[in-house]
Amino acid sequence: MSNKITLGHVHMSGCTGCCVSIADTYGGLFTLLDNYADLVYTLTLVDVRHIPKMDVALVEGSVCLQDELSIEEIKETREKATVVVALGGCSAYGNITRFSRGGQFNQPQHESYVPIAKLIDVDVYIPGCAPNPEMVRNVAVMAYLLLKGNDAQKKLATAYLAPLMALAKDGSRIESDSEACGCDVMLKVINQGLCMGCGTCAASCPVFAISMEYGKPNIDREMCIKCGACYASCPRSFFSFDVCGDYENILGAISAAMNPGGN
Amino acid sequence: MDMLGKYKSCVAARSTSSEILKCSQDGGIVTQMFVYALEEGIIDGAIVAGPGDEPWKPQPMVATTPEEILAARGTRYNISPNLDKVGIVGTPCQIQALRKAQLYPVGLRYVTDKIALAMGIFCMENFSYQSMKQIVEDHCNVDLHSLKKTDIGKGKYWAYTNRGAVSQIPLKVTHKYEQPGCHVCLDYVANMGDISTGSVGSPDGWSTVFVRSTNGDNIWKKAVEAGVFETKAIDSVKPGLDLVTKLATEKITKNQKELEHRAKIGVGKGLRNPYI
Repeated sequence: MSNKITLGHVHMSGCTGCCVSIADTYGGLFTLLDNYADLVYTLTLVDVRHIPKMDVALVEGSVCLQDELSIEEIKETREKATVVVALGGCSAYGNITRFSRGGQFNQPQHESYVPIAKLIDVDVYIPGCAPNPEMVRNVAVMAYLLLKGNDAQKKLATAYLAPLMALAKDGSRIESDSEACGCDVMLKVINQGLCMGCGTCAASCPVFAISMEYGKPNIDREMCIKCGACYASCPRSFFSFDVCGDYENILGAISAAMNPGGN
Repeated sequence: MDMLGKYKSCVAARSTSSEILKCSQDGGIVTQMFVYALEEGIIDGAIVAGPGDEPWKPQPMVATTPEEILAARGTRYNISPNLDKVGIVGTPCQIQALRKAQLYPVGLRYVTDKIALAMGIFCMENFSYQSMKQIVEDHCNVDLHSLKKTDIGKGKYWAYTNRGAVSQIPLKVTHKYEQPGCHVCLDYVANMGDISTGSVGSPDGWSTVFVRSTNGDNIWKKAVEAGVFETKAIDSVKPGLDLVTKLATEKITKNQKELEHRAKIGVGKGLRNPYI
């Protein structure tokens, strides 16, 4: 199908968990590849050695500053891809690689890891460790609608992607040094008088670092891996009445896209 | 701003079960709906605010039998974390959180498709557990252990004790204890619930019900057909929809002003607005 978008998975310093997440929609991945996207670059699945031109690059992992190839490849990704998506906590915020201080064999000098937005501008963030397969699917469908859809679909995709683009824009600012940890929930939500105790942050935390104490999130910072899921999930981090109020149509559109035969 | 949100129909309703009505807050809508949905297999379980380890402290629990649903009925007027699968009941902000989580399931795997029924409840504001304790114990002079029911209505906060005493204080006194996050909320009647309900607009013992989504409409129609609810046209009851609209407008207008105030609370500096 010539109308498909081209999609690649670029592997920086990550654990391949994000790559697994792409495949974790089971049949959903086949539907995506059959109808909407050609996978043009990814470890083990596609035999392409150099980063090709592509519409959407899903970048997993942070960039190791002591690894020249990583730096070259992330810059090349920016050049070759129309839309760069930071897929997962490491790529978007550093995540667990924030805690690295080097000293591991066989490359003990590899000690400095930065989110990709420290080196290139990023268009969309999908936080979380590992990123939720359904989020990867939703963003892939929306990217398709944005690049190949009609005007109404483009508008819908733009509105849907807006908050994820805003997170990326914030991360791409030169002075940005978001910790993307439970601290964001404290600094940007509770300290700002916005928390209403819904518990979504606690439910979203992959390492159970957030517990609800007397109806408010209590953050165990020793546990936090800085994946950014809690803040991105929080209805008071960003909330669009237009998008969320239209949940029936949007969820319907995604589900129709994932079930093109109508079965 | 749309004060009452999108809805397909609006009625005054109450459960036809005297067992449910006996201890429910108003018309027993949420309790009855979940009991019906459980019995019909529409949901496998519902996440509700059950009793916690301190008096009147809600704890989220998964109720999978009608008995467990009944144990959780009534309003506690303080915050209960409440988010996961199947049947869910929540305040407008909790339903907003749910819809955002369904659309942007950043940290919640495979939750989106599991929400079979989201019941929204009307909400003007809420209190932290400690605030509620302070209101009931210090202002109403009622020990939480002997509290039977609390209610907000007719401009007052009411505390009923197990031994039949009633204590009431004007809401003017309780305002300062409200949860700060409530003051930026722009939803009164749970605009994003499949079905939303609350006492306002209907006579005592009845609830106003907005049927909103296609899913909610299907389930509501079946439930009414099955005879578990008694309904009246909303324009046939007092005080009716006008009061709902009035209160929704009051809340939303006040909170929009608060958002504007927050934006310039400092000197050339302000607080974050979460709405985009």
